[in-house]
Formats: sequence, C-alpha cells, structure tokens
Amino acid sequence: MSRNPLTAVAISGIGNSGFYPRGTSPDPDFRLVLKALFAACEDAGINPKEIDGLASYCGPVTDPRRIACALGLKELRYASLQWASGGGGTSAAFANAASAIIAGLADVVAVVRSVKMDVGARYGQFGGAYGGGSVETVSGYGFRGADKAPYGVLSSATTLSFQANRLVEDAGVPRSAFSAVSRASYHHAQQNPDALMNGRPLSAERYEESRWIAEPYKLYDCCLENDGAIAAILVSAERAKNLKTKPVHLLAAGETMSFRADSGAFNWPDLCSGAFRDLAPRLYRQAGIGPQDVDVVQVYENFVPGVVMALEEFGFCTYENAGEVLTFENLIAQGGKLPLNTSGGNLAEAYVLGMGHVVEGVRQIRGSSSNQVQDANIVLATAGPLTPMTSALILGSGDVL
Amino acid sequence: MTTSETYLPDVLPVPLPMDDGMDKPHWDGLNAEKLIVQRCGHCHTWIWGPEHVCYNCLAWDPDWVETEPKGRIYAWTRVHTPGMDALKPVTPYICVIVELPQAGNIRLIGNLLGPGTQDVKIGEEVVGQFEHHSKGGYDYTLLQWRKA
Ligand SMILES: [Zn+2]
Repeated sequence: MSRNPLTAVAISGIGNSGFYPRGTSPDPDFRLVLKALFAACEDAGINPKEIDGLASYCGPVTDPRRIACALGLKELRYASLQWASGGGGTSAAFANAASAIIAGLADVVAVVRSVKMDVGARYGQFGGAYGGGSVETVSGYGFRGADKAPYGVLSSATTLSFQANRLVEDAGVPRSAFSAVSRASYHHAQQNPDALMNGRPLSAERYEESRWIAEPYKLYDCCLENDGAIAAILVSAERAKNLKTKPVHLLAAGETMSFRADSGAFNWPDLCSGAFRDLAPRLYRQAGIGPQDVDVVQVYENFVPGVVMALEEFGFCTYENAGEVLTFENLIAQGGKLPLNTSGGNLAEAYVLGMGHVVEGVRQIRGSSSNQVQDANIVLATAGPLTPMTSALILGSGDVL
Repeated sequence: MTTSETYLPDVLPVPLPMDDGMDKPHWDGLNAEKLIVQRCGHCHTWIWGPEHVCYNCLAWDPDWVETEPKGRIYAWTRVHTPGMDALKPVTPYICVIVELPQAGNIRLIGNLLGPGTQDVKIGEEVVGQFEHHSKGGYDYTLLQWRKA
C-alpha cells in the first residue's frame, strides 16, 4: 500500500464553460465560473451545494464569497488563493485543495479559474489586461517595473523572451523543436471539438512564415487570448469510489520558487530554466516514479521555448538532444513516444491559465481524451514555465497507487 | 517632433524610485551620469535588484557604490510586437540584459543603441550611455548600451 498521503484525494469532476475567442463570451466572468462549476459537479455526480471549499490562483479571481452566496452553500469551510504569477499556480491550487481535504478542513473542494478579456484589453498591451488606463509612471522591479517598461520591455512576450533566446543561442536548442511543440498542439486541437483552433490546422510552413513577436517567439509560439472558465472537483479517495467517474489520484504535487527567481532585471543564476529545476526531482520522489514512467505530458505553454525548458527539467530531453526528441511525430498522441498537450493546450484549445492541462490529464487517465493515449496511467501536468513561481502535478489512475 | 534623440520615443512610462525611497540613490545616480548599485558592506556581495537587506548575509541596508557602466550582453531580444501602438513605428528594437563582470556579474536591462536590425550576440562587450529624459515634470535618465 502506498504511504503517499496525497493519494487519499481524487479528482472526480471536471468541466468548462465553453471557450470563446477573446472578448466574445456572451456571459460575464461570473457566469462562466458558475457554468464551469456546474459542469464539473454534473460530471462527478455531486450537487453543487455540497461544495465546501474553493481554491484558485493568480488573483484577482472570482471572489469565493460571491460563489458561496450564489450557490447557497450552507457553509464554506475553506477558501484559498495561491500567490503565483500568471499560470504558475494552477497545480499549486490543486495541491492546496488536496491538502485541505487531507487535513479535514473541507470535504468537497472545487478548483476554478476563469479568463475573460474585455475587447481592447490584451495580454500584450501595456495598460491592458493587467494595467488599466494609461500608465505614466512605474517603480519597483516586477513585471513592467522601472527596470523594464521604460526600455520597452512591456508585454509578457518581450519580458519572457530573453530566457528563450539563451535557450537558442547558449544552449543550442534548434527552432525545429519549437515548431514541433506548436504543431503538435494544433494537431491535437483538430480532434478536440472544444478547442478554439479546431478546424485550423498549422503546417510547418505556416508556423515558419508567421510574424515575429519578440525574438525568438513567432506568433504560434504564443498562447491564445480567449474567454472561458474551467473547474475541477476534488474529494477524498473514499468518496470518489462512489461517484460517477473513474477516480484520478494525485501522486505528487508542489510549487516552487528558486533562489532570487523574482529579483529585478533577471538577477538569478540560471536563466535557461523554466523554473522547475528544484521541483522536478521532488515530485518524482514523492510519486515514486521517474520520467520514463510518465505516459502523457501536459506542459503549460505561455511561450513554446518554456515548454522545452520544462521538458528538459523534468528529464524528457536534454538541451543537446532536444532537436531529435522533440519532433512532431514524437509529440502526438497517435504513436508518439512523448505525447504532449493532447487537448491542444494553451496554444490551440484555450488559455485558461493552465487549468486545461490538468483536466486533460484527468481525461487521459479516464480514457476519455479526444486524443487518447493507450493505457495512460500516469500524467505530468506543469504550470507556468518562466514565471518566478511554478507548480506541477503528477496524476495517476487507481492502478498505479 | 518627428525625430527623437532617445532610442525609443517618449511614450513610455517614467521610472520613479520606489514609494519607500529605498532605491533613490540609483535613480539619482543615473541623473548625475553615475551607475550606482548595491554592495553589502558586511559580506561584499553585489546586489541587484536592490534590497533592504543583503540577501546573502542578511545585514541591513547594503551600501550604494559606483561602478563603471560597462559589461557584456548576457541575453537579448528583438521586439517586433511591442504591446504599445505608439512604439510600432520604431520596431524592431533591441532590449538587452547586460552583465557587469566588475560588479559581481549583476545584470541590468537596457536598449542596444544603433539599428534595431543589427546583429547581436550573447557575450558581446558593451559600454553604457546615459540618456536623459524630461517628461511630465520629471527629469530622469536611462542607462543605454552601445557595442564597445
Ligand atoms: Zn551581506
């Protein structure tokens, strides 16, 4: 029997609100959140009124007090927000939800996150999604801080491109690896009816001919901008046995921030890192497995070179062999040895701050993915390469406990 | 004005010292054409971005010391889609992270002066150039870089 305390928890429900191109959702943010929660509860066969815990990340988020009022929850016993930047906190929110159940703080915990972009407010735009109005002064050394914005380092793409250029120029990873990762996501989206890029396949030529954003990022190295919400329901493994769906267990979960990783002007030792260097070995130890045991990998793509860094840090390739390992044929669910982002991920399904990677991991273990990998029992899902704080999960079927 | 004496047009936000004034010596230094950064008086660790305590030995209030504005390119990017419409006419432009070997290899961000289309390589030697701005009642100075 396993002595890993996390395996006492299972993910029993997953659901989404439907995904919409940026700014086109007919629903306001709060309704997207409720729709995702209802869908996840329906999936599990749990009455939404049974939710007694809520976990999320990357604030500001939908206020748990509003959700509890709206659903008429008899008592909300647990509400947590992980302190991540961007999608770095997805897996950590699941870890927090699981911890609450293990500690007896709550019994039915929903993890939920939405993305709703007003028309005109874009991730790439200064004063847009994160700012609001015209910004005339800046101070401090964070995102768009005084060390960055006055020099034109404004967008997420620009800010996170320095590290990627070291991956190309210093570590020698060929651009073909980026193209392969991007095309694999688009390939998977063609089988996934929920994916925003369903019906819009990406050829190697179109990838290569796409415009530069900030070198080495081309257009198709960047995540989507869209509206939508995703939720998941966690319960004890005991309770999960009696619910509608096949339980999916957490084998390992954790978050990480390495030495000085948020210091101004990129003053931490290794920029050629997706920020999983410390976490990866810890997760494998906790799960009692190694990279060779992982059947499917879901890696958060804000920008594709970060995916390559995450794959290297989790032991799926080295920078020396990345060009040979990361090929289109090898990354697709249909016969690839390293099936990656099998729903289309942030690039081609929808960008809901990494929630899509976890719920696709759940589908793979249930056997219900639109790009099903045969006998998928162990899935790695990572959140937020290149962000100062990142997190990751290893999911497993009951067969591997 | 249709031409600008600064590398990027005057549409970007003004950098100010932090509200608590901790990093004011750095910005004052730039205005006086001096590069002033932190170094711990106790364990001599060079520190950037600035901190209230030395991250190495935890001594309070690292010293502010002058160092020579020269270094080598540690990382770079060429920006084609800047995220601000007013910058589009000057794309592509180059942003660099410069490492200062004489100051414990601390790094600063700046622009690489010259054509935005020029070749740029990790490890290239660069020297600093102080770029003065006056905008919205604020006088401030950016530290830009030119190939040595
Ligand atoms: Zn010290």
